[in-house]
Amino acid sequence: MSLWSRIANVARRDRLARDIDEELRSHLDEALAQGRHPSEARRAFGSALRYGEESRDVRFVAWLDSLRADVGFGWRQLAKRKVTSAAAILSLALAIGACTGAFRLIDALLLRPLPVASPGRLYGLFRRSFDFDGNLRVDDSYEYPLYRQMQAAVKGQAELIAVSYTSRGDLTYGSDQEMERAYIQNVSGSMFASFGLRPAAGRLLTVNDDVTPGAHPYVVISYDYWKRRFDRDPKAVGRTFRADMGIFEIVGVGPETFTGTEPGTVTDILIPMAMHAGVTHPTWSWFRVLVRLKDGVAPEPVLERLRATYRAVNEERAKEFSGMPKRYIDRFFRQTLLLRPAASGISDMQESYRRALAALGVLVALVLLIACANVANLMSAQAAARAREMALRVAIGAGRRRLVQLVLVESAMLGILAAAIGGLFAWWAAPFVAGRINPPDNPVRLMLAPDWRVAAFGLVLTLGVVLLFGLAPALRASAMKPVIALKGGEDPHSRRRLMHALIAAQVAFCFLVLFVAGLFTVTFDRLSHQPTGFSAARLINVETLSPRQQPMAYWDQVTERLRSLPGVETVALAGWPLLSDVGWNGVISVGGAQPAADLAYFLNVSPGWAGAMKIPFIGGRDFRPVDTCPGAAIVNQAFAKRYFESADPVGKLFDKVEGDGTRTRFQVVGWVRDARYRNMREPITPTAYVPIRSIGADGALQPRSSATFVVRTVGENPAALASILRHEVPRARPEFRVTRIRTQTELLRAQTLRERLLAMLALFFGVVALLLAAVGLYGVLDYSVLQRRRELGIRMAIGAPAANIARLVTLEIFVMVFAGALAGLALGLASARSIATLLYQVNAGDPAMLMLPSVTIVAAALLAALPAVLHAMRIDPVEMLRSE
Amino acid sequence: MPKTDSLQGSLDLLVLKILSRRPRLHGYAIMTAIKDGSGDVLRAEEGSLYPALHRMEEAGWIRAEWVTKDTGRRARLYELTAAGKKQLSAEESRWQAVTSAVNRVLATA
Repeated sequence: MSLWSRIANVARRDRLARDIDEELRSHLDEALAQGRHPSEARRAFGSALRYGEESRDVRFVAWLDSLRADVGFGWRQLAKRKVTSAAAILSLALAIGACTGAFRLIDALLLRPLPVASPGRLYGLFRRSFDFDGNLRVDDSYEYPLYRQMQAAVKGQAELIAVSYTSRGDLTYGSDQEMERAYIQNVSGSMFASFGLRPAAGRLLTVNDDVTPGAHPYVVISYDYWKRRFDRDPKAVGRTFRADMGIFEIVGVGPETFTGTEPGTVTDILIPMAMHAGVTHPTWSWFRVLVRLKDGVAPEPVLERLRATYRAVNEERAKEFSGMPKRYIDRFFRQTLLLRPAASGISDMQESYRRALAALGVLVALVLLIACANVANLMSAQAAARAREMALRVAIGAGRRRLVQLVLVESAMLGILAAAIGGLFAWWAAPFVAGRINPPDNPVRLMLAPDWRVAAFGLVLTLGVVLLFGLAPALRASAMKPVIALKGGEDPHSRRRLMHALIAAQVAFCFLVLFVAGLFTVTFDRLSHQPTGFSAARLINVETLSPRQQPMAYWDQVTERLRSLPGVETVALAGWPLLSDVGWNGVISVGGAQPAADLAYFLNVSPGWAGAMKIPFIGGRDFRPVDTCPGAAIVNQAFAKRYFESADPVGKLFDKVEGDGTRTRFQVVGWVRDARYRNMREPITPTAYVPIRSIGADGALQPRSSATFVVRTVGENPAALASILRHEVPRARPEFRVTRIRTQTELLRAQTLRERLLAMLALFFGVVALLLAAVGLYGVLDYSVLQRRRELGIRMAIGAPAANIARLVTLEIFVMVFAGALAGLALGLASARSIATLLYQVNAGDPAMLMLPSVTIVAAALLAALPAVLHAMRIDPVEMLRSE
Repeated sequence: MPKTDSLQGSLDLLVLKILSRRPRLHGYAIMTAIKDGSGDVLRAEEGSLYPALHRMEEAGWIRAEWVTKDTGRRARLYELTAAGKKQLSAEESRWQAVTSAVNRVLATA
């Protein structure tokens, strides 16, 4: 009976029992019809029930019984070899746990559908366009008037839902001193009804809450925020808070499952689109568009209509272009719209971690395969050791299927134990890794709650793993020929061939894991050792905001106050900190020429900023308090090189050209060495630092509502001053409020977070892979020495030198190791392209990158071979031959 | 391969042989056929016949189907499969070999 039909029988035992009873009753009827006396017939027949039981036994009770016996026997087998069993279980557990953990992350971020009605009909609207350098790029931010036109164009076929990028905002339920932060997102009022969501309390927003710009100060809070901030207080509905955009009233709480449309972020507060200042601006791109197709509508015709509308809007817009180079206009018209399935939402985190998580998933899968190969070899070696036992079983009449079951049950026990421990590991590992994806003050929030998807994945994985390492030894056991085995003369090479093939596979996978780990580590190393051009040590950035714009004199007043604090070396003011991924760029024109095709960065800074950042001057002077923007500028080397042919730019003039063609003129007063501006990855761009004191079109000094105090401290730990700085700013001017304090080192670290994570995990799994492969190699070598000890003994007896013996024992294995390494090399080179976007300044074809894993693996193989070789050479031929 | 002791072996052989001559019999008919065919010498007990039928069905030697009789009760009819035919000839020749060997021993001892 096949295993499946037995399992199926257990599942439908009731039906089976009925069938058997019916057959026996029919038998009794027949007997009576043939004229037998009823009581005699019954007596002959005995108790119908008893025969029923006996018949049934054949099908499943016997099987369950044999299963129980096999489990007991398997357990004794495992317990007998405690160390090897524990090693096998732990290595499998680590690998299964890592795979399940990786799946949990991938599932939570990329696969799990949003908890909305028919998520399969949800698409994201993307725009394919060209950047300034003519490179293709895909973005997903739109302008509100365009959105309204597109919405009208597809009415009846699809609903368009606008969702802004979730951002952290400041708000207060009380006084200004009690400001707190929350993740805020603007959404179309129609979203809730369209998603089929029901409120947990109060009501949800509707289309009527999203009509007149600025007239609907109502918000819905998420269930998670309700729980965290209000402890599920029903009175939270009706409360009001004040934020930059005005005063809002909470009208309801969203359903428990809905956490927003951006996996990786849990939205706290949902505000109608109409309450965003951007709804009236035809050029502000500030939100995503989700397309929800009506039932039975195909995406293509909807996309066609959207494209037509988009083209029409662009043609209207192009009429206002004047003086723009023709190739820009051409590119402008070549941009087009795309639809991509968005059942699991859309977020930037998905984009930046999709490949990283896929690479991680492949790495852990390889480690799992290596672990499986180890266990398969272990089982194989044990099966060999038990060949006589198996032969005896066959000889005294054990069915071969029973033998397969016996071996498979043992494998399944290993697998199940490993899966249980691995499950615990995954339970801990997934949040551990998720916690390292974002900087600590802006943690990523993934819905990692284990569900049936994760459970099903774990189950399938365990089953697959058991079959992978258990099937071959099981089939081999059942193919046993008792006579040959009992004679002790089974063909020793067939088993070794399989083991050797597995060794080659292990080495290939191990090579690949080490190779990728090397690439990630070097990437992290290169990126984190990029010169920044400034000194991050002892720097802390105090990002400050005021509800209203404040005159520059007030900002200077706060600067003075902070400067007078003990422990502060110097303070300067800048628009924002360097390396905070914020940038301001513009087009440069020198000497009234055509505007340049590429962009330069700009940053507003106060006098003394370059000194505070320790960016050295090459020539010229720092800003003076009277310098204004436009007017004076300090440029970096890259700027001088790009626009002034590397000559000393001091005293030269340039124009910043605005989108509408107006020009503002700057004179270079000083030049400084290059420093990183936005992030570590992009090449250093031409940068102009301009005074933070800006003059408006009316010639008056402009007030500012936000800026960053750059504080260089005396002490080595700038974070120690954070709380003092946070309190001192509003004490100097009550209008000001600190929104975020980050040390420059923190910002620097945030730049390499993904690379650090990848390098850390890849290195960890690289070490695990190497360890497993080495242990596997050791095991197989040791086994083959054990198996060939008769042959080796004879060779030694007739005078083979030790070197010969060592070569004999290791040659085959080392051929396999080299074959595996070569295969791994080919795999590595083939896969390098798919992870190219994750790498930085490292070439996969670099001989050094290929040498590292090769040398490591050969060294590990030599080390693993040593005990077996010693073992072989210590064989005492006399003793050996006598015992045989 | 399930184990076959000598008793079960002969029961299997008898059942297979009967089914090869008369396809589509139910359990009672098989039992009667064994009894009648052996001149009342051999009797298949219900308690061993039905487990044997189910075991042979699982082994794929015979197949069964339910038919509804005139009385309204369902009966299970058995017939031989191709594998069963092969099994029958194997069992038959083994039986012949065994009995002739036994006879030889009886004759010479």
